Amino acid sequence: MPSQRDIRRRINASRNIRQITRAMQFVAASKLRRAQEATLAARPYSELLDDILADLAAVLAGDEHLHPLLNRRPDGKRLIVLFTSDRGLAGPLNSNAVRFAAREIVEHKGDLEMVTVGRKGRDAMRRARVPIIAHFPAFGDRPRFDDVLPLARLIADEYESGTHNQVDLIFTRFVSTLVQRVDLVQLLPLTPVADTHGIPGSQFIFEPQPEEVLNELLPRYVGTRLYQTTLEVAASFFSSQMVAMKNATENADELIDDLTLSYNKARQANITRELIEIASGAQAR
Amino acid sequence: MPLHLEIVTPERRAFEGDVDEVIVPGSEGELGILPHHAPLISLLGHGVLRLRRGADEEEFAIFGGFVQVRPDRVVVLAETADMASEIDVTRAERARREAQRVLEGGMVEPADLGAARAALERAIVRLKVAERGPRSRAEHEGARRRPPVAPGPPSGE
Repeated sequence: MPSQRDIRRRINASRNIRQITRAMQFVAASKLRRAQEATLAARPYSELLDDILADLAAVLAGDEHLHPLLNRRPDGKRLIVLFTSDRGLAGPLNSNAVRFAAREIVEHKGDLEMVTVGRKGRDAMRRARVPIIAHFPAFGDRPRFDDVLPLARLIADEYESGTHNQVDLIFTRFVSTLVQRVDLVQLLPLTPVADTHGIPGSQFIFEPQPEEVLNELLPRYVGTRLYQTTLEVAASFFSSQMVAMKNATENADELIDDLTLSYNKARQANITRELIEIASGAQAR
Repeated sequence: MPLHLEIVTPERRAFEGDVDEVIVPGSEGELGILPHHAPLISLLGHGVLRLRRGADEEEFAIFGGFVQVRPDRVVVLAETADMASEIDVTRAERARREAQRVLEGGMVEPADLGAARAALERAIVRLKVAERGPRSRAEHEGARRRPPVAPGPPSGE
């Protein structure tokens, strides 16, 4: 039976931990709100960009050779971009993403390379001896559009150079505060959405030529997709962290209750023992 | 018929509303857009976007991107868009000096050089927009129009 002092020490330790996890929970909650707002704010741009790309695709009639990012090539390596976070304490978020990536690699054998965003993913992939051609630190609490441009340039260059024929993103999609799902999305070759609503693309005047507009648009399109992905990952990270910290706080509560009970029991046992000692001492006299 | 204008950047929606006229810095030159404009998709350069709502005018500093024009709707997709009143003049001034220092210092990586040039250009446009600020239409019209022609001598008789 642990002594009273040991139990009290453990209660204090649990209290301290509870204080930290509760603080982290509230910090994550407020950062989550900001991340969600950023995700929503970024949506119109990518939707409108989709729209313009669809108009362009209608004019250019699906000619794949207009731009290297549209080319489909039969051979080449596959490039996977894995998004994780730099820091942990976010529940199963990173291990889920890593496990998903591992399964994807095992199920689709073939030549592939990886770009990792976030330290957790890099560490896991390094252990698994997956070739990593580049690593970026996670883009932080509030990613800015400029932050993802180096990544976008790297991916576009890799694809255009012809060594890779497919680029996939593996990241954690933010479904709701409680649900985040790991997902795989193909980034390249680009597939424009169908030109469905509004004015058909063929009626637009292009200035300068459609080809030149396309040249400007496609790299930006890649950047926008990556930016949205990083925003989703940030939102997923904070919601996962919030839930994990909430659970930790509740566990600490429970632990403190249990320990308090044992503490009181130990104290009571002590008192009883002392009473017996006094009583038997008095009797012996 | 008013023209519905949206100015969006990757990070946010900078403006949305009905306007009477918008002038955008197209890559091929300034582009004035009124309602019922023919459908058009154009690249944007760096410069000043002006919009007119009744008697009010508003200016934005715009950098690169696209504009999609439909008869009743204009969508501006810009890399960045700053409203005149939002621009922090001291910050822009500092950015301009910093970029100039890098450019004049020599010995820079080509990538840094490009970034510094872009930063300089951005700072200059921002300062230009901030200096002018929002103006009333009368003032603006006065500056743009030729002086009214004096009535000539009565003809004939």
